[in-house]
Amino acid sequence: MTIPVDQILIQTLNGIVTGMILALVASGLTLIFGIMDVVNFAHGELFMLGAYVGTTTMVMSGNFWLSLVVATMTIALLGAAIQVTTLRPLLGRDPLTTILATFGISLVLQNYALWQYGPVPRKILEPFTGHFNFFYLEYPWYRLVIALLSAAIITALYLFLKFGTYGVWIRATTQDRIMAAAMGIPVPAVHTIVFAIGSGMAAASGVLFGPLIGVNHAMGLDWVLKAFIVVVVGGMGNLGGSILASIFVSLLEAYASLVVSPAQAVIVSFVALILTLLFRPTGLFVPTPK
Amino acid sequence: MSPDAAAVATVRAVARPSALGFWVGFAIVLAALIAAPLVLPEFWRRFVTEILIWGLLAMSSDILIGYTGMVSFGHSAFFGLGMYGAAAALLSVKPPNLWLALLYGLVAAAAVAAFVAYFSTRLRDIYFSITTLVFSQIFYVIIFTWTAVTGGENGLTFSRPPLAVPGLFSIPFTPETLHWFVLAVVTASYLILRRIMRSPFGMVLQGIRENEPRTRAIGYHVERYKIVSVMLSGCFAGLAGVLYAVQNKFAAPDFVFFLISGEVVIWNVMGGIGTLVGPVVGAAFFLLLREMFSRFLTEYYLIPVGIIFTAMVIFVPQGLIGFLRRKLNQ
Repeated sequence: MTIPVDQILIQTLNGIVTGMILALVASGLTLIFGIMDVVNFAHGELFMLGAYVGTTTMVMSGNFWLSLVVATMTIALLGAAIQVTTLRPLLGRDPLTTILATFGISLVLQNYALWQYGPVPRKILEPFTGHFNFFYLEYPWYRLVIALLSAAIITALYLFLKFGTYGVWIRATTQDRIMAAAMGIPVPAVHTIVFAIGSGMAAASGVLFGPLIGVNHAMGLDWVLKAFIVVVVGGMGNLGGSILASIFVSLLEAYASLVVSPAQAVIVSFVALILTLLFRPTGLFVPTPK
Repeated sequence: MSPDAAAVATVRAVARPSALGFWVGFAIVLAALIAAPLVLPEFWRRFVTEILIWGLLAMSSDILIGYTGMVSFGHSAFFGLGMYGAAAALLSVKPPNLWLALLYGLVAAAAVAAFVAYFSTRLRDIYFSITTLVFSQIFYVIIFTWTAVTGGENGLTFSRPPLAVPGLFSIPFTPETLHWFVLAVVTASYLILRRIMRSPFGMVLQGIRENEPRTRAIGYHVERYKIVSVMLSGCFAGLAGVLYAVQNKFAAPDFVFFLISGEVVIWNVMGGIGTLVGPVVGAAFFLLLREMFSRFLTEYYLIPVGIIFTAMVIFVPQGLIGFLRRKLNQ
């Protein structure tokens, strides 16, 4: 069987674009895990709700960029509320209880979305529909724009962590929670803000990705699974690693879907995860620990 | 009976009041469950049978969550493979044979459990959970897309085998005999699991839960114990799958999907982990809640149930049984 070169090119582009969106979801997840030891099972649901808030705002205002901002803000607030009500009481308990608690939340959010928006998938209109020619192929501009936007948001996060006052506090809390508290850093507030930022990023990726696929209530599980895979393959709590891993896994899936159906292509990334766990359990893109 | 023997018996009964109390409680619950199909109306009879089957699944998962300290998010794979194994036996062999269905289902579940255990037990905590989840999704995708063999999205339907002992008798199942058959299997599984968890082997598993490096330092081969524990758990989950297939006369990919695994974890937490009975109580509690809420919320019953579950994780982490036990001990 031969696969035409243009198909491979298209899939490479698709893989990178999906990879950047996935990186946006996964960096929120890994940020939350790295700082709070919380495995956020509800992350996919925040992604999905973000996309839904995007569709609603889109219908009301007609402005894509406005809906992006509104969805991000709304879900960030929701994330903060979830953190305060359910995760704060669990601080200091076994990290496994946070999986259970966030799993409960994901059930609630998913069924709320089903109740509120119904089972029919919705679509967000693309803000622009132009195509450009890449050698002799046509490729929509919008896909490139979302890849660049995701990269911009991740860069902004990185700069914030590196130079912002809160960013420094967040990194200090990651390194040593007790010492940070002793130095006067409001650790509970830092946790809430980190969770809000992670949720906001999930929501932003949901809105950005909305035009490519229909928005439905069950999309959360797919994404949270993919984000988990990426976060583990990239090394838990490692931002750079999870970005590389997102692109790696998405490219693998994109190429695999040339040969098998997209539903089966998922298995490729599952296998990538299992191999990573067996041979490089600390992550593919981190130096081997000595 | 000589006075001495009587005294010894009394001392034993006094020294081990909980053991006596346990067997009395066990006998009462068993008697109630045996009588249940004779007094309950059709709907609730079916409901109780179903609770028993789901309870067995929850109990199997308790071996991992409660005793070995590993939260499996992939129990639907074992359950589903048990269903499909039973389906394979009932569809390929004529006339359908109940015991062959059990055998096929158990072999299928055990094979999958061995495979999953080999990879997943090298990992701990969250990584174990994620790996089991990913494995169950792999099996889900395979079963969902391999339409020629598994029937794909539609699943497989078959007829219910008769309750038969070769050479002795063969009678078709009535709702009552089906209930008693399920009850017998679940009770036997419970007693076996209880015995295993109280054996030295079970103690080692609990040692792994409490302090893994120490258990290793004492000289136990922790990985082997974990693999056996996952396989044991998988086999009993598969057994539950066979029972469910026999009760409902179909196998469907929905039962391999993650949602079932998630519900199993919910039952464990609601009922109380590490008790074997707790998860069954949790399953019953969950199914009752679902029944109650779905009367007026239809399919959105998971909204209140999810809230109750999250609240229980925060406020009653030891579950209903653990909570009751603590109240009684006060």
